Amino acid sequence: MKITVRVWRQPSPDEAGRMVDYPVDDVAEDMSFLEMLDVLNEQLILDDEDPISFDHDCREGICGSCGMVINGQAHGPVKTTVCQLHMREFRDGDTIEVEPWRAGPFKILKDLVVDRSSFDRIIQAGGYVSVNTGAAPDAASVSVPKADADLAFENATCISCGACVAACPNGAAMLFTSAKVTHLNLLPQGQPERENRVLRMVQAMDDEGFGGCTNVGQCTQVCPKGIPFDSIMNMNREYLRAVKSSRGNQG
Amino acid sequence: MASIELAPPRLTGMRALWHSTIGKKAVVAATGLVMVLWLLVHMLGNLKIFFGPTEFDAYAHFLRRIGEPVLKNSWFLWIQRAVLLVVLVAHIVASAQLSIRDLRARPTKYTGKQRFEATVTTRYMRTGGIVLGLFIVWHLLNLSVGVAVPHYAQARAYENVAQDFSLWWMNVIYIAAMLFLGLHIHHGFESATRTLGYHRPTRARAIKITGDVLAVAIAAGFIVVPVAVMTGVVS
Repeated sequence: MKITVRVWRQPSPDEAGRMVDYPVDDVAEDMSFLEMLDVLNEQLILDDEDPISFDHDCREGICGSCGMVINGQAHGPVKTTVCQLHMREFRDGDTIEVEPWRAGPFKILKDLVVDRSSFDRIIQAGGYVSVNTGAAPDAASVSVPKADADLAFENATCISCGACVAACPNGAAMLFTSAKVTHLNLLPQGQPERENRVLRMVQAMDDEGFGGCTNVGQCTQVCPKGIPFDSIMNMNREYLRAVKSSRGNQG
Repeated sequence: MASIELAPPRLTGMRALWHSTIGKKAVVAATGLVMVLWLLVHMLGNLKIFFGPTEFDAYAHFLRRIGEPVLKNSWFLWIQRAVLLVVLVAHIVASAQLSIRDLRARPTKYTGKQRFEATVTTRYMRTGGIVLGLFIVWHLLNLSVGVAVPHYAQARAYENVAQDFSLWWMNVIYIAAMLFLGLHIHHGFESATRTLGYHRPTRARAIKITGDVLAVAIAAGFIVVPVAVMTGVVS
């Protein structure tokens, strides 16, 4: 199939970018979207042009590196990561618009590559438990209700790709932050730092300049891991609880 | 052994509440719910116009006498107005600050068309908020101060309302604003329960229905008054 890729080209963070059209002729429908970009890049290199920069790593949908907005949708028309999106989702002769994640805190570094280190700093603020690691404890020595274990696991599947922020009309990172808060605050290991975790992570999220949730729900619609929308509500509850709690106020 | 626990956050308690996105959202939600309750009472009171001038003016007169003999005439009304003003200002300031933050967090639009999942009511929250803010100023000037009401007379509430709504453009402003109010409550009520953490999957249906009913009942309850004046039911 023959397609036209209309892609965002921006040489560096401080230079202006624009959409540029590239025809790609030999596209097989079994190619992944990233493979199609690889084909386009080989073509560009042969033409002595600068290849399109994009993030990618595992190419099996679990690392969260690849991420771009395709035809206005984060990760494209299918609810998956871009590496798991195949060209059969498009038709011969299509013009496909490819743009980087757009959010104030996600600075564009080059073409489709954005700086997502703000996510790292949110995790550093409390997205872990400070317990000493040692030998694995006996199974079931600490009991966790099945429903809690399931919900914690569902939230733990977040791969930090940033699609929630990219899709949110407010550039909010609430689905991302709430996935980690919900995951850890549900489990026994997360209890000692429950209040400080949510207060610190929300503060880090705000410090990075992300917007606030207005309960639109766009984030969940594009999340390749299906992080539930209710996680945001749960984070709100955890936050208000921590504000009221004396444990979160210890100096 | 050295403690490796998470250090406490920079902001705690009430300061964290006002200076965080979630805290500000909670302020917007709580003040919004207070106003919905107040509007429900206001709307029910308005409906007394259907029972004639004596009934309606007696109700208007009663509003000034609430709290007697502990409070002097009109004191309760002014206390209530002051509280409501604080609630309204908090609602507006917090949501304006959040909106500015949101717009900064998403400075560039996408070229591609986004497939929006959001409902109409969700997308008109900001526009609706601005419209309602302007309407409140107009509404107070109009019916409390008497601006643009032909033959406005203090303490003759029934006559003022009937005179006021006999002007067609007055009704257009009023009905349009009330439709925006319905939309605002439609999204706002459910959103507030999520922000305040009351929402649960098991309560989702009940919350949705309550929000729908409140939105329709409040908007319709206000709108029937100008409609009644126009059709001559109230004159």
